[in-house]
Amino acid sequence: MGRKELLRKKRERLIEEKGVIYLDNVSKVYSTGAPALNNVSLSIHKGEFVFIVGDSGSGKSTMIKLLLRELTATSGSVYVMGNDLAKLKYRQIPKFRRSLGVVFQDFRLLNDRNVYENVAFAQRIVETPVNEIRRNVPAILATVGLAGKYKAKTKQLSGGEQQRVALARALVNNPSILLADEPTGNLDPKNSWEIMKLLEEINEAGTTVVVVTHNKEIVNALRKRVVTVKKGVIVSDEEGGEYIDED
Amino acid sequence: MKISTLLYTVRQGFVNIFRNKWYSLASVATISACLFLFGLFYAIVANFQSIVMKAEEGVSVTVFFHNEYDKCASRGESHTATTDQRLEEIGQMLAARVEVSDVVYVSDDEAWVNYVAKNFKENAEDYVAGFPENPLAGEYSYVVFLSDVSMQDALVNWLRSIPEVRLINYSELTASTLSGVNLLIAYVSMGIIVILLAVSIFLISNTVAIGISVRSTEINIMKYIGATDFFVRAPFVLEGILIGLLGAAIPLGLIRVLYNYTLTYIVERFEILSSFLNFLTTEQVFGVLTPVSLLVGAGIGFLGSIITVRKHLHV
Repeated sequence: MGRKELLRKKRERLIEEKGVIYLDNVSKVYSTGAPALNNVSLSIHKGEFVFIVGDSGSGKSTMIKLLLRELTATSGSVYVMGNDLAKLKYRQIPKFRRSLGVVFQDFRLLNDRNVYENVAFAQRIVETPVNEIRRNVPAILATVGLAGKYKAKTKQLSGGEQQRVALARALVNNPSILLADEPTGNLDPKNSWEIMKLLEEINEAGTTVVVVTHNKEIVNALRKRVVTVKKGVIVSDEEGGEYIDED
Repeated sequence: MKISTLLYTVRQGFVNIFRNKWYSLASVATISACLFLFGLFYAIVANFQSIVMKAEEGVSVTVFFHNEYDKCASRGESHTATTDQRLEEIGQMLAARVEVSDVVYVSDDEAWVNYVAKNFKENAEDYVAGFPENPLAGEYSYVVFLSDVSMQDALVNWLRSIPEVRLINYSELTASTLSGVNLLIAYVSMGIIVILLAVSIFLISNTVAIGISVRSTEINIMKYIGATDFFVRAPFVLEGILIGLLGAAIPLGLIRVLYNYTLTYIVERFEILSSFLNFLTTEQVFGVLTPVSLLVGAGIGFLGSIITVRKHLHV
């Protein structure tokens, strides 16, 4: 058995035992000396839908940055899809990120390109053949309800529509995990609910979904697993849980 | 890399120019301004150098030798006439020296013919008839042309050490003036190049700073989605090179038109000037300026884009 095969088996075993996302006693202290996470341990298994909630500055965004390997942990280990992110070499990061789908509060779309180009860009990065891109992009745009708007510039779209484009881009490469950092933060209630419904559908199709949010109403209504972070520590992790207020 | 990815990268390079048209325009204008000054300066300096070099080519040292007609004995000096063999030896030694570009032997008969032709153009035959024998008999000489006028003194000193040499005709003033002009051109060139370089760096760094703010979001997004550094960088680098080439082509076109016009104007209006000043042809100037400008333009564009993108790659 070759080295690559051994590593693959090791990753699969880790995913089986600890989950697709596994934080083992993770602490993060910024260079300014400010602690963001303190001995956090968390397992998220394949196919789960998890809300990570907490107030501003609680460490939620740091957690997302660690999962994206934008930051590395000061101590402890972060595993995503069986990869120990601390051991990931710089040149391996792009390939690792392709296994994730990411959605941000501010959409982060390429505003000088149209809807089709924004979604197709994610496929071009993984060198999908052009004829497959032509097939996949309209299909995923139809899934998020934007079939008729593929030619529109992103700035011509409403906030809800822009977030759908971001979702389509995150999903077009069939990621195993979808990370959504405050996906409804810039949306009105109607659009927020529509995006959440889409995320539920994506989860039902088999993708692990992790949503970082402030939206108490949505968290309480959906009754999913809720991980509450407070001052860098997980204070509660409950299946079918609720948003716990600071006070 | 797949061909489709390569084609995409190339297409993006071109498309980027139009997407960020104001940034592209600012970059092209900056590079154009720098290379216009550079080109203009080069055209002027190259012509100056050509004129000075032409003048240098005309600078010669004439060497006369002791001969059978020498009257030196009357002054208490005694010299034997230079033999043909010795004359040839000296000629070969002269030709072998580094400061010498050419050696021409002028016999005493040729010297007389030249003298008559120069001084008595209209009634030369009558004049010659008055001299049954060559009055310049024994005045044979070597006319020595210099490869570098600043080395004239070294040559003259060497000639003085040869016993057969009777007289050396040379102009110290011409040589020192031309050497001075050469030195002045070198200093002025260096000074202007330093100023141009400083201005270029200032202008280009400002343009790059604008580029950084324009690009940061775009590069961040690409990196979050999983783009490799190469995939992110390649279209920007290609865009930079294209902008650089365009920034070089515009001043080249402008200077070419300007140079042609100026050259025609000088030749037509100041005929006397152009008869003794050796201006370079458009082909001579642009044979050097075109590849240098395009290379510098592409280089600036390449480096500018590399610097711009690099700052945002580590996300």
